[in-house]
Amino acid sequence: MTDLWMQFLLTADATLRISTPLILAALAGLCSERAAVIDIGLEGKMLGGAFTAATVSYLTGSVWLGLICAILACLLLALLHGFACITHRGNQVVSGMAINIVVAGLAPTLGHAIFHINGDTPPLPQGARFMALTLPGAEALRGVPVLGPIYAELISGHTLLTYATFALIPCVSFMLYKTRFGLRLRAVGENPEAVDTAGISVAWLRYRAVLIAGALCGVAGASLSTALGASFIRDMTAGKGYLALAAMIFGKWRPGLTVTACLLFAFTDALQARLQGVSLPLLGEIPVQFIIMLPYVMTVILLAGFVGKVVAPKADGIPYVKER
Amino acid sequence: MAQSKLPGWVNAGLIPALNLLTAFVVSGLVILAMGQDPVKAFGYMVYGAFGYGEAIGYTLYYATNFIFTGLAVAVAFHCYLFNIGGEGQAYLGGLGIGLVCLYLGDLPFWAVLPLTVLGGALFGAAWAAIPAYLQARRGSHIVITTIMFNFIGSSVMTFLLVDWLKRPGSQLPETSPFPESAWMPKLHELAGALGIKMAHSPANLALLIALLCCVGVWLFIWHTRWGYEIRAVGRNPDAAVYSGISPARAIMLSMLLSGALAGLMGVNELMGEQHRVVINFTNGCGFVGIAIALMGRNHPAGIVLASLLMGALFQGGAELAFEMPAITRDMIWTIQGFVILFTGALEHLYRPQLERIFLRGEATA
Repeated sequence: MTDLWMQFLLTADATLRISTPLILAALAGLCSERAAVIDIGLEGKMLGGAFTAATVSYLTGSVWLGLICAILACLLLALLHGFACITHRGNQVVSGMAINIVVAGLAPTLGHAIFHINGDTPPLPQGARFMALTLPGAEALRGVPVLGPIYAELISGHTLLTYATFALIPCVSFMLYKTRFGLRLRAVGENPEAVDTAGISVAWLRYRAVLIAGALCGVAGASLSTALGASFIRDMTAGKGYLALAAMIFGKWRPGLTVTACLLFAFTDALQARLQGVSLPLLGEIPVQFIIMLPYVMTVILLAGFVGKVVAPKADGIPYVKER
Repeated sequence: MAQSKLPGWVNAGLIPALNLLTAFVVSGLVILAMGQDPVKAFGYMVYGAFGYGEAIGYTLYYATNFIFTGLAVAVAFHCYLFNIGGEGQAYLGGLGIGLVCLYLGDLPFWAVLPLTVLGGALFGAAWAAIPAYLQARRGSHIVITTIMFNFIGSSVMTFLLVDWLKRPGSQLPETSPFPESAWMPKLHELAGALGIKMAHSPANLALLIALLCCVGVWLFIWHTRWGYEIRAVGRNPDAAVYSGISPARAIMLSMLLSGALAGLMGVNELMGEQHRVVINFTNGCGFVGIAIALMGRNHPAGIVLASLLMGALFQGGAELAFEMPAITRDMIWTIQGFVILFTGALEHLYRPQLERIFLRGEATA
């Protein structure tokens, strides 16, 4: 029993770790889409952030500089997306796809030009990574029944970025629902005409939403290459951006539900890592490929079965044209 | 929005050309930032794509793949569906083609060919059917479901190639070679039979099948009732319902056709060149199809032109990576991404300026 309990704790611990970039990206998508700008480019921005963070951290030895540059790089990509979608009223899905493809090509190209090793970055040394933090008293309390292991295994031992992410969730929620800016941001996603009539710039509001999304993607990318992993590997996002998008849709564009969906996806992911090579009762050993596709299959089932028809922000994906 | 009053040649020729040029200029800046000579780089690319007979053959061979996936995306697009799943549909279509070739490949070629075309189309359509059904009946976001089906398809194929279809005694995740009667005749072989000399290259009969598909799609979309229904639903689903069209049926129809077209990609890649099913043979062609459809304005003629351009980019990019080792093949993706960005999302970049230039003349006349 204790063994099973420990297994569960370790899986839950991995869930928190894996969910960090997913939650950040999903919140990014949420901010963007609440202002009616579809963001398929989460994947590319995250990848760009991961590459920048790893490269700068490796070259300067400072993970903080890496994080800042990752955010700046993603802000640039977000500006590009905004320029295409808001200023030029281009197709938002196309712009996002283009960003994904550009970054998927550019990151390994630049990586190869800088490090000459197949497009990846070299492994990052200690100081150039976000290391796991041991919370005070974690070791001393480990012996306490039930609560001790929970504190030591589940709550303690994450990187700063993970703690920051979970602290950020209520902040994003507060920003969206309790501030004037959040109200306007949501309004611009539902009824931009009304916002325009009130004399508030639709374009500037949307730009700010897209930039917030960019900054969040930068942190998500940095968490991939400098906290979860210890170097940039080509295509290391491996569909996490799309998964975040699915979580956001599953969460009906609401922060709480979206984070729950992210945790669910991360849990399947943690579970698949644990299930590999394990022989289950009745089923026997499940082939690795089927375990790997678990999160994707679940996404489809959840979207089809439980969410039903989801209602996006009313103006989502529609460029705003001012009456002339 | 007011329809642009620009002359046709500006709309269909000058604007895409300017956008394309911008994409190449930006790519050139990236190459410059890497400390390489962009003019030399593009020189290698043009020579590598069109400079000699074999190069042209390779360009046509890549273009054939892109015609299939580009048509697939375009057909779905006419119904306003964003089929990002071309990659998975082409991959599974390849499975259908492979199974036919492996089990029935000993039949004479004239009998194998229609069976493989059928197999590829059926498997591709089947893989598109589930996202299509979920979109039509449950309102699940087709962009998300088709993306998920790419991942699922990739896992399924890896499983099949590693555990079930692997060539006995081989370590590689690939099937046994197809019997020779299931190989597509190469264009230079066909030309040779007619007494014409042509450079050796992997370009094969599948190019003609792709062109036939273009004609077929053109007839279907603009000259049949089903095509009309698809376009009507794409333009305005509410109005379509009022005229007695079922959006669900149009969605299913266009996605099944889309999947079938993507599934045919293997006819070129597997029967034409690989002669067996290999892992990841689609190599991103499904995604390139999105760019092709956008650049070609979802019209078969435009798709053929766009495919030629992308084929040239792929073949020229290979030459570039060979001649300038500092630039890897990944650069092709970067250039392609910029092409999608400037021809797709930023297609109106120069429109205001051009309208000023061309419509001012009109106003004074």
